[in-house]
Amino acid sequence: MPDVHAALADVVARERLRVVASLIRVFGDWDLADDMFAEATERALRRWPVDGIPANPGAWLTTTARRRAIDVVRRRAVESGKLAEVAMQESRETGELPAITDDRLRLMFTCCHPALPLDARVALTLKVVAGLPTAAVGRAFLVSEQTISKRLQRAKQKIANAGIPYRVPTEEMLPERLDGVLTVVYLIFTEGWAGAADGALADEAIRLGRVLLELLPSSDEARALLALMLLQHARRDARTVDGSLVTLEDQDRSRWDTDAIGEALALLRAPARERGSYRIQAEIAAVHANAPHADHTDWPAIVAGYDELYRIQPSPVVALNRAVAIGMADGPHAGLAVLDELASDPRLSGYHPLHAVRGELLARAGQPADGAIELARAAELAATEQERTQIRRRLASLQSADSE
Amino acid sequence: MRYLMFVATDPENAPDSTGEGTLAIEEWVAKNDAAGTRIMGNRLRPAEDATTVRRRDGKVLVTDGPFAESREWIAGFDILECADLDEAIAIAAEHPMAAAGRLELRPFWPLEF
Repeated sequence: MPDVHAALADVVARERLRVVASLIRVFGDWDLADDMFAEATERALRRWPVDGIPANPGAWLTTTARRRAIDVVRRRAVESGKLAEVAMQESRETGELPAITDDRLRLMFTCCHPALPLDARVALTLKVVAGLPTAAVGRAFLVSEQTISKRLQRAKQKIANAGIPYRVPTEEMLPERLDGVLTVVYLIFTEGWAGAADGALADEAIRLGRVLLELLPSSDEARALLALMLLQHARRDARTVDGSLVTLEDQDRSRWDTDAIGEALALLRAPARERGSYRIQAEIAAVHANAPHADHTDWPAIVAGYDELYRIQPSPVVALNRAVAIGMADGPHAGLAVLDELASDPRLSGYHPLHAVRGELLARAGQPADGAIELARAAELAATEQERTQIRRRLASLQSADSE
Repeated sequence: MRYLMFVATDPENAPDSTGEGTLAIEEWVAKNDAAGTRIMGNRLRPAEDATTVRRRDGKVLVTDGPFAESREWIAGFDILECADLDEAIAIAAEHPMAAAGRLELRPFWPLEF
């Protein structure tokens, strides 16, 4: 007897999203879909050791979950005297299912609908699309299971009450809505909504990115986002040493994940009809990935990338990254000149990387004392202990070099 | 689904400068009346013409002005009949006040007697 638990875990990992998404479409009830899928897996644990693992375990789970859902809906309808609803459900049930992959896509678009608050979009995507347990979603938000459970319930209510549709948006709305879905996936990757950013969810985000690209193979931005996440994630083992952060420049590049880099570079080889922000960011990350050593980095290519990115996304953070690249390509004075233009931007006030970059450029321009002042300011402003430690270490090396 | 669409001014944000994507109000009304997506709607007189009514301690209290003091004001309303929120969003996005002000879509919450 093959291992039922392993077989079930495998089919749940592969098929859960498909089955739950189709149940939501047929029955229009998110909680029912979740519950019936859970019941079907429990039933599998009882039946499969006796009956053997079915030839198509995914289909078995689908059929079992749908039969149970029909029973529940029928019972509810009889209890509330609404027999007409039973007939409606049955007619929906007998209708042939159109392309099943559409259900997964529908679910992603509905979870990421802009009429939902951003944190609800992230929470729903983690819970319903990625299939994380509620407690794990709560941990991702640094809140209790009870709190996140209320937030999820509230989001499901809004979907029902406000008439948020369960379908892929019309062609007109698609580009904008797809941006919204990509934003949620990338936020999950960076954990940029919670400020936690310990990288615990990066694998989930990459999985979501893969599903999205599988469903929308012609989307340049979905492809680029997956490449970007793979390239950033490839550096995970080199990014920290003994718990402290290591800058890109100082990372041991032999610890970069070459498989992930190879996969990302292959994704980027497909020419893009549209060059969006994820494409450009992925290409910038690819320049770093292609440099065997920090000294070999093609900085002019990176400057060109940030020039292009700034044209479509003129944010101060992009401008700051551009200044760093210019400092590397054309020398610290050129970088400092760009920074001076940025320093008055109120959106960068209190943003510690501005001071860290400035300190670094001043040090390289032969003004270590001025650089140290900026780095000390950056350390004061940094939000996490990891960042503070990294900056202080740099500060110490600067001061010891200065006193020699 | 039915939605009440509030047509309001937007004192915090500048109007859309591109002038793209919206219809003239006559076109918008004609299009949605013909499609059956607009049940009714109208402009509303400004807040200074508003009257607030309430009943307290058994007495009817009538006061001048709106109940919520705010810099924005509701300039009109439409009742939309749509398949879902996305259809209502698409209709709202073509309204000229989507560019000049802002619109709020509130789903009906039918009373069941």
